[in-house]
Amino acid sequence: MYGTGLAKGLLLTLRHFVDSYVDDIRYGFRKYHHSTDNFAIRQGTKTKGVITVQYPDEKVAVPERFRFVPFLIVEDEDHPTRSGKDWCTSCGICAKVCPPQCIWIVRGNDPNTGRPVPEPEAFFIDIDICMNCGFCAEYCPFDAIKMDHDYELASYDRTTHHIHDKERLSKPNSYWRSIAPTRAYEEMLVRGTWEHIDVAKEARRGAARSRPAAPPPAPQAEDAATAVASEVASPAEASAAPAPTAEGATPWTEDDAKREERRRKALERKARRAAKRGQ
Amino acid sequence: MDQPGLAPEKQLDATTVEEAIAYLRNEYADAVTLDDREGYGGVIIESKRLVEVARAIRDGLGFDYLSSATAVDYLGAGDHLEMVYHAYRTSGGGALVFKAQTDRERAEIPSLVSVWRGADFQEREAWDLMGIRFMGHPNLKRILMWEGFHGHPLRKDWREAYYEEDQKPFDNRWPGGQVYRVEERNVFGKNVTYPPDIDLGRLMDNSETAVYQSLGLGVDVERIMDKDGFETNELVVNMGPHHPSTHGVFRMVLTVDGETVTSLEPVMGYLHRNHEKIGERNTYLHNIPFTDRLDYISSMGNNHGYVLAVEQLMSLGRKYNPPTYRCEALRVMMVELSRIVNHLWAIGFWLNDIGAFFTPVLYFVQERERILDFFEAVAGSRMMCNYMRFGGLFGDLPERLKSVSNLTNDRVRDYNTMQFLTEMINERIPRTIDELERLLTQNEILIERSVGVGVLTREDAINYSAAGPLLRGSGVAYDIRRADPYSIYPELDFDVAVEDEGDMYARYRVRVSELRESVRILKQILPRLEATAGESIWADGKPGAYAPRVPHGEAYGRVENGKGELGYYVVSAGGRGGSANPWRYHVRAPSFINLTPMGIMSRGYKVADIVGILGSIDIVLGETDR
Amino acid sequence: MDLNLQELNQTEFPVPAELENNIAITSLSQLYNWGRRNSMWPMLFGLACCAIEMIATAASRFDFSRFGFEVMRATPRQADLMIVSGTVTKKMVVPIVRLYNQMPEPKYVLAMGACASGGGPFKEGYNVVSGMDKYLPVDVYVPGCPPTPQALLYGMIALQRKIDGQSIANGDDVPWYGVSSAEPTPVPVLGPDIIDPRQMDMIRRQAETAAADMPSLGVRELPAATQLVAAKVAADTTTVADATPISEDALSFVLPSGGAPWAEAEDIREKRRLRALARKALRASRRAAVAEEE
Repeated sequence: MYGTGLAKGLLLTLRHFVDSYVDDIRYGFRKYHHSTDNFAIRQGTKTKGVITVQYPDEKVAVPERFRFVPFLIVEDEDHPTRSGKDWCTSCGICAKVCPPQCIWIVRGNDPNTGRPVPEPEAFFIDIDICMNCGFCAEYCPFDAIKMDHDYELASYDRTTHHIHDKERLSKPNSYWRSIAPTRAYEEMLVRGTWEHIDVAKEARRGAARSRPAAPPPAPQAEDAATAVASEVASPAEASAAPAPTAEGATPWTEDDAKREERRRKALERKARRAAKRGQ
Repeated sequence: MDQPGLAPEKQLDATTVEEAIAYLRNEYADAVTLDDREGYGGVIIESKRLVEVARAIRDGLGFDYLSSATAVDYLGAGDHLEMVYHAYRTSGGGALVFKAQTDRERAEIPSLVSVWRGADFQEREAWDLMGIRFMGHPNLKRILMWEGFHGHPLRKDWREAYYEEDQKPFDNRWPGGQVYRVEERNVFGKNVTYPPDIDLGRLMDNSETAVYQSLGLGVDVERIMDKDGFETNELVVNMGPHHPSTHGVFRMVLTVDGETVTSLEPVMGYLHRNHEKIGERNTYLHNIPFTDRLDYISSMGNNHGYVLAVEQLMSLGRKYNPPTYRCEALRVMMVELSRIVNHLWAIGFWLNDIGAFFTPVLYFVQERERILDFFEAVAGSRMMCNYMRFGGLFGDLPERLKSVSNLTNDRVRDYNTMQFLTEMINERIPRTIDELERLLTQNEILIERSVGVGVLTREDAINYSAAGPLLRGSGVAYDIRRADPYSIYPELDFDVAVEDEGDMYARYRVRVSELRESVRILKQILPRLEATAGESIWADGKPGAYAPRVPHGEAYGRVENGKGELGYYVVSAGGRGGSANPWRYHVRAPSFINLTPMGIMSRGYKVADIVGILGSIDIVLGETDR
Repeated sequence: MDLNLQELNQTEFPVPAELENNIAITSLSQLYNWGRRNSMWPMLFGLACCAIEMIATAASRFDFSRFGFEVMRATPRQADLMIVSGTVTKKMVVPIVRLYNQMPEPKYVLAMGACASGGGPFKEGYNVVSGMDKYLPVDVYVPGCPPTPQALLYGMIALQRKIDGQSIANGDDVPWYGVSSAEPTPVPVLGPDIIDPRQMDMIRRQAETAAADMPSLGVRELPAATQLVAAKVAADTTTVADATPISEDALSFVLPSGGAPWAEAEDIREKRRLRALARKALRASRRAAVAEEE
């Protein structure tokens, strides 16, 4: 019969319309209220309605793996020994692996000796070329370059705002750990320390020289800041310590057994690597 | 031109590709030689007898489907241009690769349009970008660039405006440290030498009349354009490149007799962003994120095809570990999810085209957002997933799809990954498809609009190298996942969706069935993911190198993408012990080749149907123009 | 985004105290801008990947009509805003400029994504225009590849803020608030490469220089068959860096104002070359040692 298709379509539209407003009633007309904790449900698989994100007043937080433009990690201001130092050693892998070649690195030289220092003198990323692919972060062996989660970058002038120099790119380590706690933790497991990999090497070398010296006290149950700041000698101890976030809260919800398991695996991997190197 | 698809005079006893090659070498001993270069396969046919042998390949040997035809410039490695053809049987099986070589200075190869109409646009592309003249081609015009453009850009000695170096990584980024952008050293931002007496008026005539006149529409455009002798029985109608229904910057020029379309000529290249030229400068790894931007609706599928092609090459070398089972399962899951995204998008916008303005498409976009949320949490980006690597993946599934508050007013979500997937695959996506079918499949307006419109016959579909739902909607049960299987598809249980009618409605039905089949595959993937939980996605437990050297040879990796057969022809040459950059990187884009039969599909229908027919082919311009 | 009465009454013109809350004419600029920024109609116009994200932004989940970007118009005659969403190719820039010229004033351009802002990952391509601002005045640049819908919304709000800052009283502020209307942008011509008619004088000068056998300005050579292996080496010596410096006035035409924001690193190239030579020597000696052992 002619017209049934039309009627069916209208009915379906009506149902979508009603579904969207059922939510209103369900949350007592407070669905966009700041205090209501129903965002995950409204924007999840369960919801039936067509629900708009009220952008500037509520934003969809991005997942940990999200990638926008890159940034460089520098040590936190309150770090006892390396405050403000770059994690980047200007090894150049990010520049090589960048598909559109938007990274320019100038290697630094020591002004007195003239020898290269493991820190970039200049670092530019043209975000008008960057394709947000995340290769630089993925292949950086020092975990020094990461993809930022801040996408609110629109500007009125691209010549002054869209070429990010080293100053603009640098963000503290604690920022990375706050935007991607789980990934920072996984990277720590692989690296073996919360510190920069060079610090750990330095510490190992130091420990080897002064052996048999008493191991430094394990930083168990210390608060976040000290855990970061403590010059961890042994990677095992570091990974045993709870991973802190900027707020000092545990950033994941998994249980201890799983964490233990992961730690064991990481150590095994490490041992394998060491064995391989030994060969 | 002879009639395609006629039964061969004698049924030859050559079932495998090897037997077919042996037959050719036997029968055409003086014209066919084996391609014995390291890592290469197939035969080289003397170009004088190409048409004759090609006809034997099609009719005698039954390789009725020309998948890809592309040119390679072997400058410095033999100094010749080479056309590479990949022909398949629609009954399934591997490719018969045959090649024809020609001199670089006087590049001429006979056209195969008379054998496979599907070679039409591909030969035009080879003329445009490589400068090979195809004798006997009915309309050998530039297709991606404009007439009057300087040179043939894909030749190895052609350099573009912002030319820096032949190969990436560029030296001045690191360790050269010459910090400048190339255009700052370049007056116009272009490296062009103009003739001393340059004059705008004397440039190649690019006026609209000239464009129309050059299209071979069979109409005297100047007579129609002439104000005095204005006739209305035949009109030229231009659609695009800015037109809301052309799915991007695509352009169609049609001649109409009243309301009826008498001929249609697609004009493209408005989004030609030099994918292949850039791809040949890139390293192998660099190309993965670039493939995302081909068919930007289903980037996972693009990744998959490219990764398969390069893995084929890598497997020629010694140090190669094939992907693990979990990796393959994850790849298939991602590809099927993007197929769902693709088909929802295609059906939605096709409905837009035939008049169901925006309501259905909004519902489908809403469903798509859920899948994109998943991609974003797993791969890092909503659209440009950049998820697959050679022999592995960017990363395993995270345990939880979890966001972290960063900006003001950020609202956090946190789901268990497997639970999210299970809900999506078992409830949400099937519900969407049910709703879609309830709304549309029996809808009389839709049936009135689409049944019997835009018909492509079975013979034409094969001969024009149509692929994907366009081919299967014409009654050819050709799905690469079954015909030439890859990954773990052989062990998965699903059916190839086929409809016989060949009209818009049949294509719609094929897409809906494929949505259901994708859900069926996904349901089989879930237990596999659970069974392999905790296993590594890398065969040797660690991610691959960032600058892999790929052994010499050629490879053609193809996948059944949402839009059809997506193939990557990759040649590795130059340098000792393999190369870091592909010598040739060609994309067999389904959207591009599916447009070849657009002309015959729209002839005789009304102007109002044209947008619907275009929508039912389902093109995306990033892939059409590359 | 609401029109605040107090805000409306704030004006840059001196107003007698007794009239302060009664005068509307002084706030005309704000009222005008308020109306304008909340009824921006974008053109239904997509170029590439970013267009898909633009559609996602227009769809119900993000829904930019909440900000008055109400309906997308398919014709430029009814549009106020051109969202350049994707890679601008040389072939496409001709119609884009034509479309822009057809839009009625006031009109705004939003460059969405890396490609529209500065060429993006395809910048090196031979058919790609590196930035819409080479041809049209761009008001807001939204970086990202592609920008997420929320990033685009942020850019749109930024555009609204920009409109808020414009004044009818000041004719120099934006051309269309002045007496005369703006000149249409000259439509580029497709020749051997794309030709901007505004650059014709320069092109002629350059062509004359080239004719006088002084290939000093970035000249594209089309060399005969270069050797495969030699190509990489040759590239080293023929990089554009080695081209003779060009005169300042020529540069000022194309360079974005402000010039290069970075300093050039000196003699790093030379050092790198020496290091490479040293490495090469080391490798050779090692190989020799191995050969001796065997």
